[in-house]
Amino acid sequence: MDDNDTNLAIEAAKGDRRAFERLLTRHYDRIYRVAYRVIGNRAEAQDVAQEVCAALPAKLKGFRGDAAFSTWLYRVVLNAGRDQLRRKAAQQRITSDWGNVQVLHRETDVQRMAELDWLNRALTRLSDELRETVALVLGEEMSHALAGQVLGLSEGTISWRMSEVRKALKLMAAEEARFA
Amino acid sequence: MSDDLERLQAALKMDASEIEETAKTRALLAGLESFDRVNQGIDQRSRPSAKASRFASPLQQGLKTMWTRITSRPFLLATTSLCTIALAVVITQQNRPLRLAPLGDVAPLASEGDIAAPKSVVVADERADGAALLKDKSVEESVVVQAPIAPAQDAAMASPDVAAVEGRLRSENAQTLAREAEKGLVTGRAVDSLAASGLAESMPSPSIVAQESDAELYRLQQDQPSGDVFDGAPVNPLKITAQEPVSTFAIDVDTASYSYVRSALLDGYRPQADAVRIEELVNYFDYTYPKPADTEVPFQPSVSVSATPWNPGTKLVHIAIQGFTADESERAPANLVFLIDTSGSMEDANKLPLLVQSFRLMLANLQPDDRIAIVTYAGSAGLVLEPTKVSDQRKILASLQNLSAGGSTAGAEGLQQAYGVAEDMAGDGSARVILATDGDFNVGIADPEELKNFIAAKRDTGVFLSVLGFGRGNYDDATMQVLAQNGNGQAAYIDTLAEAQKVLVEDVAATLVPIANDVKIQVEWNPATVAEYRLIGYETRALNREDFNNDRVDAGEIGSGHTVTALYEITLVGSSAVMTDDLRYESAAAAPETNFTSELGFLKLRYKLPGATTSQLIETPITPDRVDIAPQETAFAAAVAGFGELLRDNQAMGDWSHDDAQTLAQSARGEDTFGYRAEFIRLIGLAKAAQ
Repeated sequence: MDDNDTNLAIEAAKGDRRAFERLLTRHYDRIYRVAYRVIGNRAEAQDVAQEVCAALPAKLKGFRGDAAFSTWLYRVVLNAGRDQLRRKAAQQRITSDWGNVQVLHRETDVQRMAELDWLNRALTRLSDELRETVALVLGEEMSHALAGQVLGLSEGTISWRMSEVRKALKLMAAEEARFA
Repeated sequence: MSDDLERLQAALKMDASEIEETAKTRALLAGLESFDRVNQGIDQRSRPSAKASRFASPLQQGLKTMWTRITSRPFLLATTSLCTIALAVVITQQNRPLRLAPLGDVAPLASEGDIAAPKSVVVADERADGAALLKDKSVEESVVVQAPIAPAQDAAMASPDVAAVEGRLRSENAQTLAREAEKGLVTGRAVDSLAASGLAESMPSPSIVAQESDAELYRLQQDQPSGDVFDGAPVNPLKITAQEPVSTFAIDVDTASYSYVRSALLDGYRPQADAVRIEELVNYFDYTYPKPADTEVPFQPSVSVSATPWNPGTKLVHIAIQGFTADESERAPANLVFLIDTSGSMEDANKLPLLVQSFRLMLANLQPDDRIAIVTYAGSAGLVLEPTKVSDQRKILASLQNLSAGGSTAGAEGLQQAYGVAEDMAGDGSARVILATDGDFNVGIADPEELKNFIAAKRDTGVFLSVLGFGRGNYDDATMQVLAQNGNGQAAYIDTLAEAQKVLVEDVAATLVPIANDVKIQVEWNPATVAEYRLIGYETRALNREDFNNDRVDAGEIGSGHTVTALYEITLVGSSAVMTDDLRYESAAAAPETNFTSELGFLKLRYKLPGATTSQLIETPITPDRVDIAPQETAFAAAVAGFGELLRDNQAMGDWSHDDAQTLAQSARGEDTFGYRAEFIRLIGLAKAAQ
């Protein structure tokens, strides 16, 4: 599959519009998903995904095919996500809605609602770096080695980050237990 | 992994926020627009998708390699568990249509006794071996052994598919089949025919625990659009020349079926057999045919006789028409009225937003003096844009911005208003109403016959109708076909921007400049040389023998530069492939003496010049050595037709496979400036994977 993507990407870079159209349709969901998990706001994630789509034709010219297309694409998306978070930090932090607040209100399944609420608290707690790592390792089910490739880090660093995530979750659980 | 991380992952998946389609479309269009900007420098003259697409072949290769790898036994044995997981997914996909498609097709085959029966009456002993025998030629040859059986049973046995089903029912897969039947995965038709063949009783009881993979299977099935309506004319049967020597049909330049098939395959499943109209698949492509020598006769008919790729015992007769290309700048200004369905169901990203985008593409390619009007229908009909010259782009684009979907469909109201506007615009000339809809015809004129008559009557006053189909789910193919056929127009199905480009931009000249009307083809086969013949496709275009000379009978139109392709599969007298036996009592009567012993048949074409009411006739004999057409073009047309037959599960294809279709198409790809043939070759691969 990556192989196919790579060929599409190379043809698209040369100006093959159909190849580009295929590539976009195939990967939009993934682009949006990662952006959403990193940013935590639907509307913003949609905007970022659109920016990525619009930026791809120019960026593709720099795609050499030495990394898998998906690895390359994740990098592009994460960079766009970071830019967005930076812009946001300059203003004020927009309320996140992991677990989608509007949906939460309509949610009738109490168990599900509790889980999504927990997710929202957990992700808000994590640093941007850890959240990126979670989006790749847990969200996209990447191996630590592959996530490392995307982020330009060693496999060990990813494993360390995941253990930090685990610690943060434990800490959160401990705190919540105290207030409960 | 710790519990906390698992919990986090599960919550992330639970929160897998659904993709909002409008946002997605916006993003994709932004991407494509940006793509066009970035690539403008590369080739100034090339329009967005007019560049040849080369991605198909490497992709194809990849798919093929993957398939070869996962089906080879050593590879299977040597894999790690990770590979096994991946494989399991693939195999599920592979199995799904295998289990379902043959079942769904049992009924039409069985009822279509005259094709199925002579081909493959499978005897009981062979049934046990089921599918394995399907590809075995010996099945076909061991046929004619059986003594008469009771009709119902006969019909069920006529198709090897039934045999395969039966074989499988006996095996452990029987339970799976039964479960599918229960969940409604197997169509009612198929269940009926199973019941008819007495197999239903042998099905296991309902109390089988559904496994997770079946839940997945079920979900996949649910995703398939179910509301699409096709008229499903039965496949043209084999004809015996001695009994019915004359074959008559109207030409067809619609392409809707191809786009529909493509769209289904891209989504990963096989289109229903009814959706496959082979002549529309074949005519989707441009072919290089001999050009008309002068403009006196608007088109040149050509004939080639060649070997049939899927049957060494028969011949393929390729009939081709090439229309002359009129100079587009010399045509009279066009009057176009767009009648746009803005009912709620058009809201989807692949409908109204795609239409608006398509519209922009088309606008850039019209002449400044062409005029456009837009009428919408949604609950109440309205004139959104009064007749406006294309040169006033700003006004047209502004009105497009304001189109939005919502409300219920009342088609005919809008239809009447659009025709009113078109008649005003036409004056003494002509106008064309272009209806864009997802086919949800909740029409004011409830009677389809009345609607047809309305459109046909307007056609005679110079207002034509073309139909653009969008979206899937309640796409009413049958109605669209009828409307376009009666309106002297084309029916096209638009699923991507690239398809909009083809239909609205590249084909616009052809649609706007008709060069011949009511084009009919009649072939008289020579019983002295041709034992049997079969017209491939054109089921919905069949005409009565006497209609050929009747100028009041409407038929198909040819536009500027259009090509039309028709294929016959014929069996020569004395060939081992002859399906029917000589009649015991007829052979006494000698075959009629003729002076044309070398001719296979005689081709006649009737057409009217635009505006004329009487038709012209072109005649030419079909001789066995005629090869007017470049063999490459015949090969490609044959590949497309053969692929269509495979999609329709035509048993006459024997062991000719998707691979054969692909190889043949690949060998005949030719220049393929726009990449359509490459795309087709890729589609065959997808069909293979979706099997």
